[in-house]
Amino acid sequence: MLMNLIYRNSFRHKLRTILTVVGLAVAVMAFGLIRTVVDAWHAGVEAAAPDRLITRSSISITFTLPLSYKEQIEKIDGIKAVTYANWFGGTYVDASNFFAQFAVEKGNYFKVFPEFIISPEVMDAFNSNIKAVIVGQKLADRFGWKVGDRVTLIGTIFPGNWDFDVVGIYKGKDQTIDESTWFMRWEYIDETMKEQMPGRAGEVGWYGLQLADPSKAAEVSAAVDARFKNSSAETLTETEKAFQMSFVAMSGAILVLLTVMSWLIIGVILMVLVNTMAMTARERTSEYAFMKSMGFQGYHLWGMITGEAIVISLTGGLLGLALLAAIVNVLKAGLSAWFPVFKIQPLTWILVVALAIIIGLIASAFPVIKAMRMRIVDGLRVVD
Amino acid sequence: MAQALVQVRGVSKSYYRDSLEIPVLRNISFDIPEGEFLALMGPSGSGKTTLLNLISGIDQPSGGDLVVAGENIARMSEGQLAKWRSQHIGLVFQFYNLLPVLTAFENVELPLLLYKLSKADRRKRVETALTIVGLGDRMDHYPRQLSGGQEQRVAIARAIVTDPTLLLADEPTGDLDKVSAEEIMTLLSRLNKEFNKTIVMVTHDPRAAEKAHSIRNLDKGELA
Repeated sequence: MLMNLIYRNSFRHKLRTILTVVGLAVAVMAFGLIRTVVDAWHAGVEAAAPDRLITRSSISITFTLPLSYKEQIEKIDGIKAVTYANWFGGTYVDASNFFAQFAVEKGNYFKVFPEFIISPEVMDAFNSNIKAVIVGQKLADRFGWKVGDRVTLIGTIFPGNWDFDVVGIYKGKDQTIDESTWFMRWEYIDETMKEQMPGRAGEVGWYGLQLADPSKAAEVSAAVDARFKNSSAETLTETEKAFQMSFVAMSGAILVLLTVMSWLIIGVILMVLVNTMAMTARERTSEYAFMKSMGFQGYHLWGMITGEAIVISLTGGLLGLALLAAIVNVLKAGLSAWFPVFKIQPLTWILVVALAIIIGLIASAFPVIKAMRMRIVDGLRVVD
Repeated sequence: MAQALVQVRGVSKSYYRDSLEIPVLRNISFDIPEGEFLALMGPSGSGKTTLLNLISGIDQPSGGDLVVAGENIARMSEGQLAKWRSQHIGLVFQFYNLLPVLTAFENVELPLLLYKLSKADRRKRVETALTIVGLGDRMDHYPRQLSGGQEQRVAIARAIVTDPTLLLADEPTGDLDKVSAEEIMTLLSRLNKEFNKTIVMVTHDPRAAEKAHSIRNLDKGELA
């Protein structure tokens, strides 16, 4: 019966409650959307394997390393496998059609990075055709590519028109794996550079190192970098997570700003509900007084007022999550080039529900204290 | 001789506006025997509502003792008073104080939530109370669907549903037309006669006071 009373009280002023709920829902949606964008930014970090290191130029990721380092790295203790890749940076038809393109070592790359699911037949086709390319499912869907298609990219870092044969479409082993990447053969670039710009042949962007024992990451990193110290191309070796994090850090200020904004939105939600609950409690002063006169005590009023605030905040929160799910679904396709993994994380769902309850508790605190402290005779004097 | 149900002994009450003391009741002493129907009358500001509030335990005296049903409520804590009120007091006010989101049945059921009763027991009691006040056929009506007189009868049903020791009414006919006021007074009189309810009623209305067994007049915080 008291639960019934809480529910009916929550929707007693329908317009006010609806406006409050809609306000909360929009704010929750904005909060969730910002968090989803920030999470998407960190998706690469989350997907990083603990048993992999990345070795790159100590100056910058834009500087290359010699291919000859591969053999030397393989000899270092604690390393199970080594592969390499390059950023290609081409455009497809129009510069706005951005997607990640990696030129990778045939055969070996997908052994070190097994999260991309590729069938043996596709792998054979990739290894046997220098112009072969394997694309992610989302990328193929985006441009309507299918196996057997010939696709031309316009090179920016490596000038010219580059023709490719789509030999396969990969899927990620789970939802954290980016399915919008383009994998081409590193040898295709290298052979072309040997002919056109011999000075740029035999260069790789970074090495991917698979560790025999992930707990030895620090020692192996130090050993790799020590091996190339004082060479013309010194290296910086770090865990894949740290490597991915360095990209996220480039946008650090924006991410901090977005995070701050998301919490400011929570502050706005709180103020909206505080205002509603304060108005509600003020209007019901005489009712609370009469309930106290019947023998209801402070904790009863606490349950009623807080329950009402939580009903409103949870309704707003859940509606906001529904709106968020809808908007993320709509935006997902359009943003796949920038955010390959764009989905609401479980933590966001949990956070919104938990925050809705916490906001309900905080918003009702002042009215509850007021109602508990109110003298019955004073409350009964208030006429609605 | 049997002990009176209510014993008011040297009760005084003052309010404070900043540091200024405003005495409302001065050294009031009187008894109310069980089964009495007492009307408290007096001009506005005479302290009759304050006295009713003190007897009902929703306010506490500045001095003196108030013994109701053998317990000195002047010395009780707020928590003790709340529990005591739920067991001994039924209150009826001028403006009914019904919760608009609850039906007549639910409004009457409200004080029973403080008791450990099954749903069936609560239903039985509520139906009995509403039948006594003549609203057995209006249980599912919301307050907005009832007339003023019917709302006050629901309030009376709510006040008697716990079978309280004492029924206290503050201007119960103050917001009603003549016919409805007559019906409410008849009902209170019946509760007193048929169910032996001890009733203390504050009123301005001499016709309402006529239904009481006895009348006490207050003037400037003292019994006249």
